[in-house]
Amino acid sequence: MTTATPRSGLVPGPAGPKPSPPPGRPVPASPAAVSAPRIDQVPMTGAQSLVRSLEEVGCEVVFGIPGGTILPAYDPLLDSTKVRHILVRHEQGAGHAATGYAQATGKVGVCMATSGPGATNLVTPIADAHMDSVPIVAITGQQTRALIGTDAFQEADITGITLPITKHNMLVIDAKEIPRAIAEAFHLASTGRPGPVLVDIPKDVLTEQTTFSWPPELKLPGYRPTTRPHGKQIREAAKLICSVRQPVLYVGGGVLKAVASPELLELAELTGIPVVTTLMARGAFPDSHIQHVGMPGMHGTVAAVAAMQKADLLVALGARFDDRVTGQLATFAPHAMIVHADIDPAEISKNRRADVPIVGDCKEVITELIEAVRAERAEHGHVDLTPWWAQLDELRTTYPLGYDWPADGSLSPEYVIERIGQIAGPDALYAAGVGQHQMWAAQFIKYERPRSWLNSGGLGTMGFAVPAAMGAKMARPDAVVWCIDGDGCFQMTNQELATCAIENIPIKVAVINNGNLGMVRQWQNLFYSERYSSTDLGTHRRIPDFKLLAEAMGCVGLRAEAKDEVDKVIHQAMAINDQTVVIDFVVGADAQVWPMVAAGTGNDQIMAARNIRPLYDIDDVVEVDEVTRAETQGADRPGRSNR
Amino acid sequence: MIERHTLSVLVEDRPGVLARVSGLFSRRGFNISSLAVGPTEHPDISRMTIVVAVDDFPLEQVTKQLNKLINVIKIVELEPAASVQRELLLVKVRADATMRSSVLEIVELFRAKAVDVSPEALTIEATGTVEKLAALLRMLEPFGIREMVQSGMVAMGRGPRSITATAVR
Repeated sequence: MTTATPRSGLVPGPAGPKPSPPPGRPVPASPAAVSAPRIDQVPMTGAQSLVRSLEEVGCEVVFGIPGGTILPAYDPLLDSTKVRHILVRHEQGAGHAATGYAQATGKVGVCMATSGPGATNLVTPIADAHMDSVPIVAITGQQTRALIGTDAFQEADITGITLPITKHNMLVIDAKEIPRAIAEAFHLASTGRPGPVLVDIPKDVLTEQTTFSWPPELKLPGYRPTTRPHGKQIREAAKLICSVRQPVLYVGGGVLKAVASPELLELAELTGIPVVTTLMARGAFPDSHIQHVGMPGMHGTVAAVAAMQKADLLVALGARFDDRVTGQLATFAPHAMIVHADIDPAEISKNRRADVPIVGDCKEVITELIEAVRAERAEHGHVDLTPWWAQLDELRTTYPLGYDWPADGSLSPEYVIERIGQIAGPDALYAAGVGQHQMWAAQFIKYERPRSWLNSGGLGTMGFAVPAAMGAKMARPDAVVWCIDGDGCFQMTNQELATCAIENIPIKVAVINNGNLGMVRQWQNLFYSERYSSTDLGTHRRIPDFKLLAEAMGCVGLRAEAKDEVDKVIHQAMAINDQTVVIDFVVGADAQVWPMVAAGTGNDQIMAARNIRPLYDIDDVVEVDEVTRAETQGADRPGRSNR
Repeated sequence: MIERHTLSVLVEDRPGVLARVSGLFSRRGFNISSLAVGPTEHPDISRMTIVVAVDDFPLEQVTKQLNKLINVIKIVELEPAASVQRELLLVKVRADATMRSSVLEIVELFRAKAVDVSPEALTIEATGTVEKLAALLRMLEPFGIREMVQSGMVAMGRGPRSITATAVR
């Protein structure tokens, strides 16, 4: 399993007594480290060493809040000309901002917090980044070494707490180890399957005198991500791709992370195979492309869900067969063979057995697939997909995405989101919270470019949008960044509007204010006999008044309540580029997200609208309320879409 | 069918590695039947022997998940037929002067050792497979077992090959 390779490209670590060389394959230091000149044994404190390490590794911005134990690190940070610190208002905001920064660029996002409550406030964004494989590094202060384990003031075992929600974490107990810890953290976060890494540093390690050397030697003998796919598996996959009648390219977030969109486009056009892009992959393939049949899953398009259900081959690229995509697993894509390519071997055959497993980076996988498919077609020809497309085209035409205007004359939330997408266009970045507005933003904004859609997919973290949009704007200052938020989500993290105002990070926030926890209300409407338990937020009574709240936070506040006001306020917001703008879109409370596969049911039961099941035999139709009963009996754990 | 599998896991010798490994098992819903950790011939590497009772398919999952832990260097499944598998047992048996020789006879039969003796009790050390130790305990039970402690299993493949040799180069 382990192969040894020559130790080329590895720069020796600090001089002096050192443990014997690490076992296993040495990991090359980060690219920045290799090209930079060597720095040897410069005396400084641990805190200075930390800031120098961040500079060397290419970190441009840190989102954080100082406090007792991390305080030493903030002193040299004040002098750094390379690393800008953004003082947020809550550590959760720092974490999501780091995620937004990373999702917008692919670079590692960095957040910093003090020990105890500062660190535990990072738990939610770390878990969020873990679920969505986002490269972030969290740096936390810790009580002094002598006090660890004594329940000291602001002590929390943050490495223990974050063990199951980080790709890796470490407690640094020697100031000499700081450069290596930071270099390893960045390397781990950004390579292989990306993810969050936490580095916990005791206060006295930060104040200790040490020496700084760069680049450090990485000691990661157990870390060897496989990026290069196996040739035989690629040829197997190519054979299947060219010989089946109803294939689908099932594209997940891994394609974005591998920067493989150009290759994906080439593969799709070469083969003519329909493409579905998951919630995490929106923008990986242009929505406007004729071969794009939409987003699959619980609120996917009928054509995308049907394509997978009827497929005889699914080519999963950087996707993980999430329950929100598969619905009831036993009835998911019942006729399909599975080619599953992922950089994480543990994802393959986790939920659905793969017929052709491919471990590798999506860019390399797709590049090699293209070659193999070309060769296969040249030798054995390929199958005509016209009948397959005829089926899908009929579904696309019959069941396009759409919405009705509320009967009570209130504003349609779908319309608002659709107009934002049309006016801001595909060059803008869009960050969403979690719930109905998130699904509508995934459905009605048309994504043409990678990394233009940021959201919390796996964990379903309400409150993600404002800080994530802030992070994205820091990463892409020239881009227009829209935050599409719900009134529930917005009230969880809107304190970061103050950060945006003070630090001059001008984002545009659209609060889709339906007065309720909309997605929960939708489930209560469908599955709980319209008993609306604790979903009315009172925001339609203007508590709070979002326009005034925005102004109080140093932002521009706008409001639209009728159709003819929508374009006006969007254009107004688009014209303001030096301030954060918040628009309170007061919309109807009863709009629902359709299509929908009710949780716990099979994808064949997708409803294009209430009780309309295009894929289900008419005789078998069960009323929504019957589905409900099955569902509320605990078959399903609550997930993203019920918030 | 649920079977017992023996995994040899080479890990970096660092604080918290045991918590990472055991936490992963409980988090992913796998039960550990036995776990033993100790040093190897390489100073930076520890070796865990983990016995799990799972189907083949979940075993593949657990192995892959274990491999994702940064501090895990290598995992090898040891087939019972192709490996030596041993546990260590210390057991304190009630044995006064009248019973002592009967107990010692059993100790002899099982090639165990008496390691401590007092007027009322005898402490016995035995190593062997799970089955052998269970058989020994069955024989000792009638005398009265006052206290016992048993280690997790340690195991090593038969033949000249070394799993550490290929991992550590």
